[in-house]
Amino acid sequence: MSARDEILATIRRSLGVAGTEAPRRASVDQRMANAPAGVVPARGQLDAAGRLALFRDEAGRVQATVAVVASAADAPAEIARYLRDQNLPATLRMGDDPRLKALDWSQTAIAVSHGASEGDDLNSVSHAFGAIAETGTLALTSGPDNPTTLNFLADNHIVVLDQKDIAADMESVLARLRAAHGKALMPRVVNFITGPSRSGDIEQKLLLGAHGPRRLHVVVIADAEA
Amino acid sequence: MTVHSTTPQFKQNAHAALRDAQLQQALGNVRVNFVERRATAAARLPEFEALRDSARDIKNHTLAHLDLYLEAYEKKVTEAGGHVHFARDSAEACAVIVDICKSRGARTVAKGKSMVSEEIGLNAAIEAAGMRAIETDLGEYIIQLRGETPSHIIAPAVHLNKEQVEQDFRRVHVDLDKDRDLTAPESLLAEARAVLREQFLSADIGVTGANFLIAETGTSIIVTNEGNGDLSQTLGRAHIVVASLEKVIPTLEDAAQILRVLARSATGQDMSVYTTLSTGPRRPGDPDGPEEYHVVLVDNGRSSMLGGAFQDMLRCIRCAACMNHCPVYHAVGGHAYGSVYPGPMGAVLTPSLIGVDKGGNLPNASTFCGRCESVCPVRIPLPKMMRHWREREFERHLSPAGQRYGLGVWGFFARRPTLYRWATAMAMPLMAFAGKTRGRFASLPFAGGWTQYRDMPAPQGKTFQTQWKARGGRTR
Repeated sequence: MSARDEILATIRRSLGVAGTEAPRRASVDQRMANAPAGVVPARGQLDAAGRLALFRDEAGRVQATVAVVASAADAPAEIARYLRDQNLPATLRMGDDPRLKALDWSQTAIAVSHGASEGDDLNSVSHAFGAIAETGTLALTSGPDNPTTLNFLADNHIVVLDQKDIAADMESVLARLRAAHGKALMPRVVNFITGPSRSGDIEQKLLLGAHGPRRLHVVVIADAEA
Repeated sequence: MTVHSTTPQFKQNAHAALRDAQLQQALGNVRVNFVERRATAAARLPEFEALRDSARDIKNHTLAHLDLYLEAYEKKVTEAGGHVHFARDSAEACAVIVDICKSRGARTVAKGKSMVSEEIGLNAAIEAAGMRAIETDLGEYIIQLRGETPSHIIAPAVHLNKEQVEQDFRRVHVDLDKDRDLTAPESLLAEARAVLREQFLSADIGVTGANFLIAETGTSIIVTNEGNGDLSQTLGRAHIVVASLEKVIPTLEDAAQILRVLARSATGQDMSVYTTLSTGPRRPGDPDGPEEYHVVLVDNGRSSMLGGAFQDMLRCIRCAACMNHCPVYHAVGGHAYGSVYPGPMGAVLTPSLIGVDKGGNLPNASTFCGRCESVCPVRIPLPKMMRHWREREFERHLSPAGQRYGLGVWGFFARRPTLYRWATAMAMPLMAFAGKTRGRFASLPFAGGWTQYRDMPAPQGKTFQTQWKARGGRTR
């Protein structure tokens, strides 16, 4: 008997079931089909302005920095300002996200390059799929638009986020993912990111920049209609 | 990494740990930091207790339907282009992983932190097959350099001080400037980051564990703070996930519930820095990511724990809150347990994995204070299960003769209340008389193990039951 079949048989013997019982199957199928939400904290249940304010607070608590700009056209200048203020070189690695590509980077002194990271990029920029106000968390999805390596290999990770994509809670982001990719279908990788990389492994002292970015800067593009 | 267990020598290990001044200093960090941080995080979320109930219920539902969720999970992984391998035991799991690595011509395997990989002894198997396994979590990297095992399930190097880490880095990173300053923890981190960055970029295969496997979507989820797990799984040609069977849960919403209690219980964070959902290998058009995606599901006796006295243990999400709040762990640290899993969860799980004949010391290393159960995010009745193991040990005549004899004598009287009251009423004045000069005993027959470290107070006045009766207390 294969390991698979033997393990499943042992589980069924231990549980005292055959595996064919219709009510058990129905219970499992229903749960996966309906994906009930459970207990969702009240903390994030706010209007658009409240969600932005909460996202800012929570991201700040985990050592991320947040800037809000009035429109997408203002993002390159804000990113240039950030790099200047941190004494960082004016270089930036990005994927093919059309929202980032459409920006006018020529108004800044930033040298932009495109593609996944090989590990020698100091600064990278990604466009977030969404964010969670409850915990100050960003959600990024993999693909040519926003390569996963840009989230981890650069020392300084900058993330552009549309205010309208700041959701109250993780459940709302999951609902949007299903709407975008189809029920029970997921992008190859979804990165939920809450602050810059850190470690507490040396005497439990909080140190930033363990293997991933040392700094995380979020540029929120305000929603004109909010 | 060795999987050699020193659990049978728990008592000797504990003695050595109590006399180790350096270890005691390091354990001071556990006693204070983890406890305060969890309490603060839990207090900040009014729904925390309700979420603990929810997490418990999700796990219970899943375990009751584990066969069906595993089948559903396997189907979805396969649809996403991944491969699922089942392994009955450690040897089978290691063989599957080594085979995948070897057949891809791998020389270097980058590993994210994974307790089940410690359980199956994966590093030793990879090295025995002529490949290098590199631990990339900072704490795991440090203990790999030292040839040690983790002393804590989420803070593997918590038993060490920074001076020891500095010594190890100077010993191993010999091509770096000898005169460099490594006194600050920041400089130790920067050095590890630079050294490991090279290893990530040259690794052929990435191995990670999983905090959750999602049946609905065929997704594996890892939760980390450093980002090493992500680099391990993204930069290699293949990503191998190794996880025990009970990591599967039904849906992404269920993961969102449990995530809210996991980081708060573990490190006191609301969310860990990186919560990464991975589904299958690199897709057409993807500029990065692994070309292959494998999941190795390890049983190691878990399928037999279902339906029995220890099923509740399979709810465990490996947050470490139980050991962070355990007075025994605080006193002796993780290595004394001699097993992969220390602390209260280890005391319950280890006898299931290696047998109560070898692991029976651990469920006895408890004061039954109940703090572990009171902080467990999935409400596992850890003291009750330790008691189950003690009973099994007794039933199988595995406990020492003196202890069994003593329990037998006590049991004889305890089952005969009248005789018990009479005997204690007789013994009480005798003991009070014998100890009346000093009010305590420095030694007692059959109790040398107890009086070696503290005095036994001499009885004062009447027995509890006599006093209870005199005050009109209720009796059955």
